[in-house]
Amino acid sequence: MPTYLTLVGFGPTGWGWQLLLASWMTLSVSAAAFAIGLVCGVVGAWAKLSRSPAARRAGDAYTTVLRGIPDLLVVYLFYFGGSEVLTSGAKLFGQSGFFGFNSFMAGALAIGIVSGAYQTEAIRGAYHAIPRGEIEAARAVGMSGLLMLRRIIAPRVLRFALPAMGNVWQSALKDSALISVTGLAEILREIHIGAGSTSRPFDFYITGFILYLVLTTVSGAAFRATESWTLRSERRP
Amino acid sequence: MNELSFLGDTMRQLLSGVPLTVELTIISVSVGGALAIVLSVLRASFAPFASFVRFYVFALRGTPLLLQMFLIYYGLGQFDTVQHSVLWPFLRQPYWCAILALSLNTAAYGSEIIRGGLQSVPPGSIESARACGMSGLLLYRRVILPLALRQALPAYGSEVIAMVKSTSLASIVTLMEISGIAYAIISETYRALEVFLCAGLIYLVINFVLTRAIASLEVWLNPHLRSATS
Repeated sequence: MPTYLTLVGFGPTGWGWQLLLASWMTLSVSAAAFAIGLVCGVVGAWAKLSRSPAARRAGDAYTTVLRGIPDLLVVYLFYFGGSEVLTSGAKLFGQSGFFGFNSFMAGALAIGIVSGAYQTEAIRGAYHAIPRGEIEAARAVGMSGLLMLRRIIAPRVLRFALPAMGNVWQSALKDSALISVTGLAEILREIHIGAGSTSRPFDFYITGFILYLVLTTVSGAAFRATESWTLRSERRP
Repeated sequence: MNELSFLGDTMRQLLSGVPLTVELTIISVSVGGALAIVLSVLRASFAPFASFVRFYVFALRGTPLLLQMFLIYYGLGQFDTVQHSVLWPFLRQPYWCAILALSLNTAAYGSEIIRGGLQSVPPGSIESARACGMSGLLLYRRVILPLALRQALPAYGSEVIAMVKSTSLASIVTLMEISGIAYAIISETYRALEVFLCAGLIYLVINFVLTRAIASLEVWLNPHLRSATS
């Protein structure tokens, strides 16, 4: 019976390299999801803050629906439904045969769209936190539209939204475990395979537990460091 | 099969999973909620436990719930002592493992929410209760917990909604609640979009009803905030 350290170590019979690669996969799929979520979040916040009632209603529907149904269902939708849509879409362009998302794309899209619903709320909240006076001042010096967005609104929103975004990142990181149901070789999937092919399931799952804790702790610390860096110019109490 | 009858049939099958989803939610929210109160009181009042509770919260909030469920369901069986213990008849069933994982997980999030509530109890209320001679459990039962729980209720409502969504993970350890049935129908018919719409609708209705119920509970618990005219 191998010891725990040879089991998860980097030796010839160890699972170290697989687990390291799997951690990298978890990080990259979560980062892709977070980036997709950021795009959805910006569009969603713009819709919710817009003057058009139709856009506001669409934004509301997006956040209500995606925050009200389990993420697992969204993953199923993209993994199984994505191929349905792509195959019939390809038919329109005269391509026959089967087209599907690979599990990375389906997973990143699914978690990203869910994450976007939470990012919408974070960005919207941050926008409301901008003191009205700053926007008035920007208008008074003649800025308008895009210039004001670029120089005043976007930097302020980024700064105010950062703490909430940190939380959204953490949940995207944890939600990425759901992508394991599509067979993507991220941490939970590798751990599950390891647990199934040896007689040491607990050792593997506890290793996964530690890997996730390391990822969430390190990235949490990175977010906090960024947060205090952006606050360096704020007034201190 | 035409579209409408497929939707109707899917809906009927999915609705048969609602009782299990509701059951999992109610049991794990009650057990987890009770545990959350114990944890947050321990952390606030009994210094030796504080670092244990902090570690518990850190570990369970920093890892995916699905992994916690797998750890309990597949992982614990590695040990002979667990396999020969009195708990084994429970721990080998996916139902109890799912409930255990869900309860432990929500207890970690819940204890943080209640901790916020405990911190918001005005010191004056505690002082006046002490001045009346209350202490220990009586003080907690009569003054601190009612005030803290009332304060924590809105945030706890979101946690309950999150739990409804989390019960879907029980389908991965083979429980046939709404998501489990949805997965079975999708892999049988490959009509992911229709099944997703039906299942999503059911979850939205459950969460809508819950949101309303929690909002009215909030109004009921805060008579001093109601407007005088109503």
